[in-house]
Amino acid sequence: MTTGPTVLSLRGATKRFGGLVAVNDMDFDVTEHEVLGLIGPNGSGKSTTLNLISGALKPTEGTISLRGTPISHLSAADISRRGIARTFQLVRLLPSMTVLENVRAGAVFGHRRRWGAEADAHAMRMLALVGLDRRANAHVGELTYIDTKRVELARVLASEPKVLLLDEWLAGLNPTELEEGITLIKRLRDEGRTIILVEHVMDAIRSLCDRCVVMSTGLKIAEGTPEQVLSDPEVIRAYLGDDDA
Amino acid sequence: MSMTKSDWQSITLSAVLLAVAACLPLTGDAYMLSIGITIAMYAVLATSWALFSGPTHYISLATAAFFGLGTYTTAIGIENGLNYWVTLPIAAILGAVLAALVGLATLRLSGVYFVIFTLGLAELVRQVVTWGQNVSGQKGLYVLTDITEVHIYWQLLVLAAIVYLTGWAIGRSRLGFALRIIGDDEEVARHSGINTSRAKILLFMVSGATAAVVGSMLAPRYIYIEPALAFTPMLSFLVVIMALLGGTGRLWGPLVGVIPFTLLWEAISASFPNQTTLLLGLSFLVIVYLLPRGFVGLIESGKRKMREREAFA
Ligand SMILES: Nc1ncnc2c1ncn2[C@@H]1O[C@H](COP(=O)(O)OP(=O)(O)OP(=O)(O)O)[C@@H](O)[C@H]1O
Ligand SMILES: [Mg+2]
Repeated sequence: MTTGPTVLSLRGATKRFGGLVAVNDMDFDVTEHEVLGLIGPNGSGKSTTLNLISGALKPTEGTISLRGTPISHLSAADISRRGIARTFQLVRLLPSMTVLENVRAGAVFGHRRRWGAEADAHAMRMLALVGLDRRANAHVGELTYIDTKRVELARVLASEPKVLLLDEWLAGLNPTELEEGITLIKRLRDEGRTIILVEHVMDAIRSLCDRCVVMSTGLKIAEGTPEQVLSDPEVIRAYLGDDDA
Repeated sequence: MSMTKSDWQSITLSAVLLAVAACLPLTGDAYMLSIGITIAMYAVLATSWALFSGPTHYISLATAAFFGLGTYTTAIGIENGLNYWVTLPIAAILGAVLAALVGLATLRLSGVYFVIFTLGLAELVRQVVTWGQNVSGQKGLYVLTDITEVHIYWQLLVLAAIVYLTGWAIGRSRLGFALRIIGDDEEVARHSGINTSRAKILLFMVSGATAAVVGSMLAPRYIYIEPALAFTPMLSFLVVIMALLGGTGRLWGPLVGVIPFTLLWEAISASFPNQTTLLLGLSFLVIVYLLPRGFVGLIESGKRKMREREAFA
């Protein structure tokens, strides 16, 4: 599945926070319809990489391009309109609004912009996709944890992104929820979406990702299929060896 | 979007209330009319203030800057032979331009900087005008027109109607939805594709232009204006207090705060003319502690309780 055209590419992407290099000279490509796993130990720079792609942060150096066009100088809003949408590691919903209104936010302002009844109908379809259509009029404060994650995913899907960035979308779910979550993302994958998945859950990485990029202290230390990288000694050392001191 | 039945009901009700308010001068009571003008003035100022500050939670203390700008625009315009009516749109444009400049300079910053900047701005504009007048050797300006109190009152009512219609239209527009999202979570707003600075600046311009026109309309009432009167910081604080007392969550919220507070304030200023600033601060604290979401919040939680009670009955 790695033969499609390149959708997103990072070249030398670097982010410094004072003396700390959170992302160090990252290079990788994501091709169309591909699910790329971005994995690595805590604090290795995965979320920061997503922040660079989504425009939440500007890279200190390097370029990020969407279908060959550089986007790293654009604002988060412009990047979102060009078709990159994300969820947040800590779920972010619009607390004063209903479930439907939350999802409508994505439908109204995202990559493909809708309004009025069309936006509502589209938002409802996205809620159905994540299995939450019956709670459309609920207030987001009333939702269970996994349902808040569903709302956020539906909001992101409602903008019809070309590239979807999921930051630990499966984290914090109980075993039953996890199974539902994996099924849901599998469905997105089967629809042919292009996804970057930041994830710690190994089962999910194995069953969902076409390819993985492994990070450790800001650097890319491995790239390949899940089997390849998860058996790579350097990757194993990164996961286990950091705290042997 | 099409109009629902409740939209028509609200519009009809508003039109009736406006018509009733327009009849106030028929009572022939000069004191009532004077209070009517004050209420109408604060209603417009507080409502347009809340259009911007309600959804964004940015507290602007620049109302006096816009108001004074409008007052001086009309005074200087008339002095230079312009027709009064021509000075109103000029004031609106100047107010919008000033708001856009302030917005560009500050709205990228966090809320605290914005509050301080807007307060400073009002003071700065006042100092500049004072300096300008010193240079030209005047202390103030005469605004001599044949506009009566009744005219001012009716003009303010028309402006109020325009502000309510604008607020209502914004509330149903993409811009209104964008602002609600910004108020909830600016990071989400940006990542959903909303140009947050542009949305905030547009609303701030509407608010600034409106306050400037109110200043223009009030200029003939003062007859003689000077910077300390036109740019009084007290005005900015009163607008914030009244809007918060009513509640900024609804378009009609500020009005619910303006009416009782104006009456209370009239009484306070008459009985304790030397303690107004102190009492202003006290009212502010009381409102923020006891009614953080204003009367609107009180009414809505009351309604919710009623519904819950019905559900359990
Ligand atoms: N805004 C910031 N300012 C300063 N340092 C930051 C900032 N964001 C992240 N960092 C630092 O950058 C490093 C990488 O953080 P990042 O959140 O990208 O890691 P991560 O791989 O997503 O970790 P986790 O698996 O725990 O989510 C960490 O050391 C973190 O403390
Ligand atoms: Mg992270």
